[in-house]
Amino acid sequence: MKKLSARRRHPLAAVVVLLLALAATGGLYAAFAPAGKAQADETAQSLAIEEGKRLYATGCSSCHGTGGQGGSDGPSLVGVGSAAVDFQVGTGRMPAQQPGAQVPKKPRIYSQAEIDQLAAYVASLGAGPITPTEKQYSPEGADIAKGGDLFRTNCAQCHNFTGEGGALTNGKYAPSLEDVSPKHLYEAMQTGPQNMPSFPDTTLPEQQKKDIIAYVKTVNGEETETPGGFALGGLGPVSEGLFGWIFGLGSLIAVAVWVAAHTAKAKKS
Amino acid sequence: MSSQEIPEKNLPSEQDTAHGAVAVAEDPFADPGLPPHKPRVQDIDERAAKRSERTVALLFTLSMLSTIGFIASFVAFPVEKIVYVWPLGHVSALNLSLGVTLGLALFCIGAGAVHWARTLMSDVEVADDRHPIEADPVVKAKVMSDFAAGAEESAIGRRKLIRTTMFGALAMVPLSGVVLLRDLGPLPEEKLRHTLWGKGKQLINMNTNEPLRPEDVAVGSLTFAKPEGLEEDNHEFNNEIAKAALMIVRLQPQDIKDKRELDWSHQGIVAFSKICTHVGCPISLYEQQTHHVLCPCHQSTFDLSDGARVIFGPAGHALPQLRIGVNDEGFLEALGDFEEPVGPSFWERG
Repeated sequence: MKKLSARRRHPLAAVVVLLLALAATGGLYAAFAPAGKAQADETAQSLAIEEGKRLYATGCSSCHGTGGQGGSDGPSLVGVGSAAVDFQVGTGRMPAQQPGAQVPKKPRIYSQAEIDQLAAYVASLGAGPITPTEKQYSPEGADIAKGGDLFRTNCAQCHNFTGEGGALTNGKYAPSLEDVSPKHLYEAMQTGPQNMPSFPDTTLPEQQKKDIIAYVKTVNGEETETPGGFALGGLGPVSEGLFGWIFGLGSLIAVAVWVAAHTAKAKKS
Repeated sequence: MSSQEIPEKNLPSEQDTAHGAVAVAEDPFADPGLPPHKPRVQDIDERAAKRSERTVALLFTLSMLSTIGFIASFVAFPVEKIVYVWPLGHVSALNLSLGVTLGLALFCIGAGAVHWARTLMSDVEVADDRHPIEADPVVKAKVMSDFAAGAEESAIGRRKLIRTTMFGALAMVPLSGVVLLRDLGPLPEEKLRHTLWGKGKQLINMNTNEPLRPEDVAVGSLTFAKPEGLEEDNHEFNNEIAKAALMIVRLQPQDIKDKRELDWSHQGIVAFSKICTHVGCPISLYEQQTHHVLCPCHQSTFDLSDGARVIFGPAGHALPQLRIGVNDEGFLEALGDFEEPVGPSFWERG
């Protein structure tokens, strides 16, 4: 120590101190700085945005504007979030085939990877609902009965009691929920696509969305049980009445005609 | 009916030869009478009749067995048992077996009765002539003279006081029945004009059962609310929610065209009655881009951006709006009841 303090006025002392300080700072930085993986993620994210921007410019910008600001043919995409993109492009609704009362569902054009890139780009335009993770939308273990309650309160007025869909005004309609994946159901509730109102987490919490998805999958899935036999489209009294009048009454008339047309006489005339 | 069944003399060719080409039959529409009775196999052959008897008995026995099957399946199948039956799919075993056995039991009774009537009961046609309903003149005269004698003996025409008071008494008696109709139920009084909403009542989200904050309600979203203090297990829940049901949407304030709607909103959040003003269907088919609300019953359409005015359909007036604000704790609250009665029109609505 004595030696060290004796040399404190040495011309090189300042240089040594500086070097020590730099080494300490560098070491501390290396120890506490965010891990390299995060850096890689960030790069992947910005790459996805770049790639998405390229896809956007070719596929979407003619209607939604070059910067997503919207135009006469399409609404602004600022703030719609990645969930809206994942729903619209993932169900094939976007890119739209033609303008009209409603853009229908059709086979999708982009791969899921491309959809993710597009979603990353649109999400970068402004904060909005984020594409849900499987943990958020998976109906595993959800309360189906509660979901039925919520469905009848919030959804059944347009989508019918078992999600078969129904007509709206001027050619618009609420589509059938058959074969819609849990993820897309979740995104539709979250973002409110086209004329559907949204049901944000603030008024319909995540758990309740799961309950609704579980209900829809139970009453309108491939394995759905129909205790009464033919569901006749699940449309209620219209199709049931039509079936009863045409086939029920029709077969009664046919039997009556058959009975009357066959004589019981021994000598047929 | 084939040509053999028509009596020979009514055939056109027969008439031509009998009366000459231009002559007209005396009575071209004469009653041709019944065709001769033709026997059935069962009328001739006793073995066939026995066979028919056995068929009918078999059908009735089948019906009995089906009824036993109905009772057996009611006992055997639990309500929740689901089986796969082509082409019906996954159906309830109980529903299916009850339906099939009951249907078979009823059908076999019907089919047996029809077969019995067609093959074994007598099929000889019996004609029964009509006769006039009118009584003969002697009976008519007797009745009229009896009536006149009775009127004379009772002196109803002479003693006018008796006649008049009797008519009065008979006319008054039904009034008791009319007065009793008053007991059919209490008058609605003011119930149609008021709902549970009132000043300071918080708007409770129907989904979460929690009061709503303005920031919870996003533009383009749809929320349903009930008045604070009304719980689903309340005795009066159904009666009260039928009037108080509320739908809440948020518009951009600049999109609201109606000045009163804007005044009664809170930062673009508007609350309207969910009961259609036509015949009272719950109405919430909300299109968030056009701000139209459609009623599923008769297609009445309301424009929520313009005071919920009727733009299509049979509804008579706009949906009533609830005036809302925010209380000290930051929750949405009603600033009073609806200004006008909710739901369909009624006689005294004004």
